[in-house]
Amino acid sequence: MNKHLKMDAPQKRVLDETAQGTLGRPLDRPEGPLKVSGRAAYSAEYQLPNMATGVLVRATITHGRMTSLNDEAVRGMPGILGVFTGERFLRNPAQGGAGKAPVQGASEVAYLGQPVALVVAETFEQARHAAQQLRPTFAGEPADTHPEHAAQVDRPDKKQLDQGDVDGAMQAAAASVDVVYTTPPHSSAPMEPHASVAEWQGDRLILRGSYQMLKYNKKELADAIGVAPENVRILSPYVGGGFGSKLGIAPEAVSAALAARELGRPVRVVMSRQQVFEGTMRRSETRQRLRLAVDADGVLTALEHDARVSNLPGESFSEPVQQATHFLYRGENRRHENEIARVHRTCAGSVRAPGEAVGMLALEAAMDELAEAAGIDPIELRKRNIPDTHPENGIPYSARSLAECLDEGARRFGWGQRDLRPGQRREGEWLIGIGVAAAARPNILSDSRARVTLREDATALVETDMTDIGTGTYSVLSQLAAEMLGLPVESVEVRLGDTDLPPAAGSGGSWGASSSGSSVFLACRGIRETLARRIGCGAEALTLQDGVATGGNRRETLRDLLAEGSIEVEGHIEPGETAKEVSQASYGAHFVEVAVSAVTGEVRVRRMLGVFAAGRILNEKTARSQCHGGMIWGIGSALTEEIAHDPRDGHIVNRDLAEYHIPVNMDVPDLDVTFLEERDDHASPIQSKGIGELGISGAGAAVINAIYNACGVRVRDYPATPDKIIAQLAE
Amino acid sequence: MRPFDYMRAEDLQAATEAKGNGATVIAGGTNLLDLMKLEVMAPERLVDITRLDLHNTERTSGGGLRIGALVTNSDLAANPDVRRNWPVLSRALLAGATGQLRNKATTGGNLLQRTRCYYFYDTAMPCNKREPGSGCHARTGFNRIHAILGASDKCIATHPSDMAVAMRALDAEVEVQGSGGTRRMGLDALYRLPGDTPHIETSLAEGEIITAVILPPPPTAATQVYRKVRDRSSYAFALVSVAAVVAMDGARIREARLAFGGLGPMPWRDGEVERALEGQEPSDALFDCASDILLRDAQGQGSNDFKIPLARRTLKAVLREVTRTEAPA
Ligand SMILES: Cc1cc2nc3c(=O)[nH]c(=O)nc-3n(C[C@H](O)[C@H](O)[C@H](O)COP(=O)(O)OP(=O)(O)OC[C@H]3O[C@@H](n4cnc5c(N)ncnc54)[C@H](O)[C@@H]3O)c2cc1C
Repeated sequence: MNKHLKMDAPQKRVLDETAQGTLGRPLDRPEGPLKVSGRAAYSAEYQLPNMATGVLVRATITHGRMTSLNDEAVRGMPGILGVFTGERFLRNPAQGGAGKAPVQGASEVAYLGQPVALVVAETFEQARHAAQQLRPTFAGEPADTHPEHAAQVDRPDKKQLDQGDVDGAMQAAAASVDVVYTTPPHSSAPMEPHASVAEWQGDRLILRGSYQMLKYNKKELADAIGVAPENVRILSPYVGGGFGSKLGIAPEAVSAALAARELGRPVRVVMSRQQVFEGTMRRSETRQRLRLAVDADGVLTALEHDARVSNLPGESFSEPVQQATHFLYRGENRRHENEIARVHRTCAGSVRAPGEAVGMLALEAAMDELAEAAGIDPIELRKRNIPDTHPENGIPYSARSLAECLDEGARRFGWGQRDLRPGQRREGEWLIGIGVAAAARPNILSDSRARVTLREDATALVETDMTDIGTGTYSVLSQLAAEMLGLPVESVEVRLGDTDLPPAAGSGGSWGASSSGSSVFLACRGIRETLARRIGCGAEALTLQDGVATGGNRRETLRDLLAEGSIEVEGHIEPGETAKEVSQASYGAHFVEVAVSAVTGEVRVRRMLGVFAAGRILNEKTARSQCHGGMIWGIGSALTEEIAHDPRDGHIVNRDLAEYHIPVNMDVPDLDVTFLEERDDHASPIQSKGIGELGISGAGAAVINAIYNACGVRVRDYPATPDKIIAQLAE
Repeated sequence: MRPFDYMRAEDLQAATEAKGNGATVIAGGTNLLDLMKLEVMAPERLVDITRLDLHNTERTSGGGLRIGALVTNSDLAANPDVRRNWPVLSRALLAGATGQLRNKATTGGNLLQRTRCYYFYDTAMPCNKREPGSGCHARTGFNRIHAILGASDKCIATHPSDMAVAMRALDAEVEVQGSGGTRRMGLDALYRLPGDTPHIETSLAEGEIITAVILPPPPTAATQVYRKVRDRSSYAFALVSVAAVVAMDGARIREARLAFGGLGPMPWRDGEVERALEGQEPSDALFDCASDILLRDAQGQGSNDFKIPLARRTLKAVLREVTRTEAPA
């Protein structure tokens, strides 16, 4: 049976009527014990008989051609099985959702660090040594590597907005700001590096790989190696973080597949940390100009947000810097100018919250500057500027709790005690300040399918090619099925990460839980209809709880009802009109207290609170963990994280975790996260919205705003490392 | 990593002999193995010294402390005698790396760890330290973590150790053993400035192994402070660090010993800075004068220019702390 829903209209709150009471509860991850005891096998951990190991080799020029592989000496080294390169090798990793091969061909070099060959040997050690010894020869060509000095700068028409008269509004403003913010490139730096084990079974490739969106990855991989998609199966049951870098197929998978076919043996390729930095997606640096104007009532009259970002020549992706700016605040007169500088640096793509993660660093800090210029409390300024309808296209909003998040946060955090003037609180050499920022992330529902089987023994099986990249998919899908089918959550088994299962949305853009959850919900609704028929009542009148069905004056155990056979339904959710008729987003507010050393400019975050509303919360614990992670990313982007590109050849200089500084435990205080009760009937039949990227949106700006409140230093060039603070802070 | 021979030294003589014949010493391996994996270092032979009897920390007859070269950074930091009498050393150790690394890292290995220069770590880049004569890519590149003192046009790398900075302030000596016997030298004599030969980092002879570090008796009535400034609160190398051992005589500074990390190719110490302070009454003007002396030859390379004001601010704050001087309002 099939249950399909196109999201063309708001949906009833079925899950408010169910009886099991498991949905939303902060349950532990079912796979948690496997993970902490090392029994959850990640891609690189698969040991196949006769498996060989490959190690990638990088280009050592910025732009040009590989003139020779120069591999004679290496081929004679102990254990070497082959050196592979060629026109099917990936030059760039695939962008999220591409569904076809990205740019291929290893003989052309587009950035320093691009993988150009794979050395395969009997052992990892042999392959690594030979890879290090392989010195291909290159013919270099001149290349732009700095976005501010690039000769080619694209200004695509569809990425520009000009509405009303921004210049006029700026001139007539009661208060205004005109500021430039810059953010550096970031690395997604997942804990698990990209890894693939490729095995051919006849004409069929089985790839154990660490990927986020399998139904696309399967097509990308098939296209790259030149086989039909049916002949590719990807298995990805556990993924040790992706944050966008595993949305699209990456060089290790394609090279492993090609080498395995050639050698007739399984091949494993694991990228080193340095290769993850250089050969998978980075987040583009940005230069953003914000021009904001308010009238005497503190209502925005102009909102201009311009950006220059970069990417490799020919790449379609550009950091969507204004993604939250489009709908967050009022302002009749609006302008977005977008420029994409073409540079020969590691490919730019989606990194957690593409758009908001850096766009809100600038927007929400500029709002803080505007609040000061206008003499209005920053929370009050934001609340006055919550639009009635979408300021660009006039559509209404679905559930939106921004004002409530700001107010609740202000109350919990003690916002009222904040001194408006910076530099007023001091403890020894430490200057203390607090700051606020809004969070917003558009909600996306994406086509997704899942099969649910209610078996004769009253246990359920959920199957989909959805992934769990550490986000809690196993948990929320178990809870949804248990809730809908009236089962203890332990009676639900969830199988994920296999392209032979019904294709799901995948993990990206914060759509995973709502999209795949909706498909599970729909399948379960189908099962409930069958159960209702079997017991002899209408589906509405059926109550399921703890394995017992009640309806139409009858009460039966599920086992009895299932005696005539198990029930299998495939659920299919499809986005529809509600995506266009209303503006849907998750919202929140960040509150931060920092201490800034007046001596060294070091910043310590002392307290941090996030208040969020994202529709129905499916598991309070995994949702909270997502917010924690996002807020920590916010701390990182505010204070420590920065890819440094060499000024001459553009290569990534700090390409390991010793020198690319993600926050450590000591950088993170106890994080406080609160969810407001909300249902969004337009978002999905389960009334939930995305949460995976909400926590990062705006978080770093709250840190920067707190720094200003602490010491009067406004850092507009992220991250706020000690050098930038002391440059403006008197001794 | 290039294939290598491995031998475990059963006694010191075997170890020095092996080193004399070209083997590379491995102790905790936390630095060496990383460099070998990247083939920044590609020794043909390793001699493992971890079974040698160099694991003890004990008082010398003169009241100083003899720290075996294999004492781990964790053990040394936790040693009650060190914590009581040489707290600056304990603090410096705990400011370095992580708990896991400190459990493996040894006293000798920490002293001889290599620089963290990005270009030294990347075998596709020129580096005079890794490949003499190939050039210094850091000078005209990204050099946020590089030296402002003691560098040369051939190399601007820093020595990354925290422990060695405290030891330098404490007038520690290293004891080394070679085929010719045992000798002792201060850290100033152990380390060499890069000059034209940045690949030669120490004055150890071919077969010489560090066997111990010897601290003189604890400084009397001195305040000891280690202050490390870094880009995140833990697990980052020093942008600037200061180890201070300062004793007062009434209202005047009797003795000041100051060493600096993050600034130069070796844990940095400048006798003139100390002489300018000694015998003087602490004041902000005095501290400014001391900073001027320290930084008189300082040279930024672009991305590390900030280290000059940062070193001044940090030194002054440390001097205020150890002399209990209020900052001017
Ligand atoms: C990610 C990371 C972060 C770190 N952060 C810091 C930090 O913040 N501060 C800090 O100070 N350090 C830091 N460290 C460095 C750490 O302190 C050193 O790696 C460690 O002290 C080296 O000691 P080891 O015994 O492991 O040395 P090994 O790796 O075994 O040896 C290092 C070198 O010393 C030589 N050697 C060792 N023992 C002897 C001996 N007895 N005689 C002669 N030669 C010898 C070896 O041949 C080798 O060249 C960090 C390291 C890492 C990996």
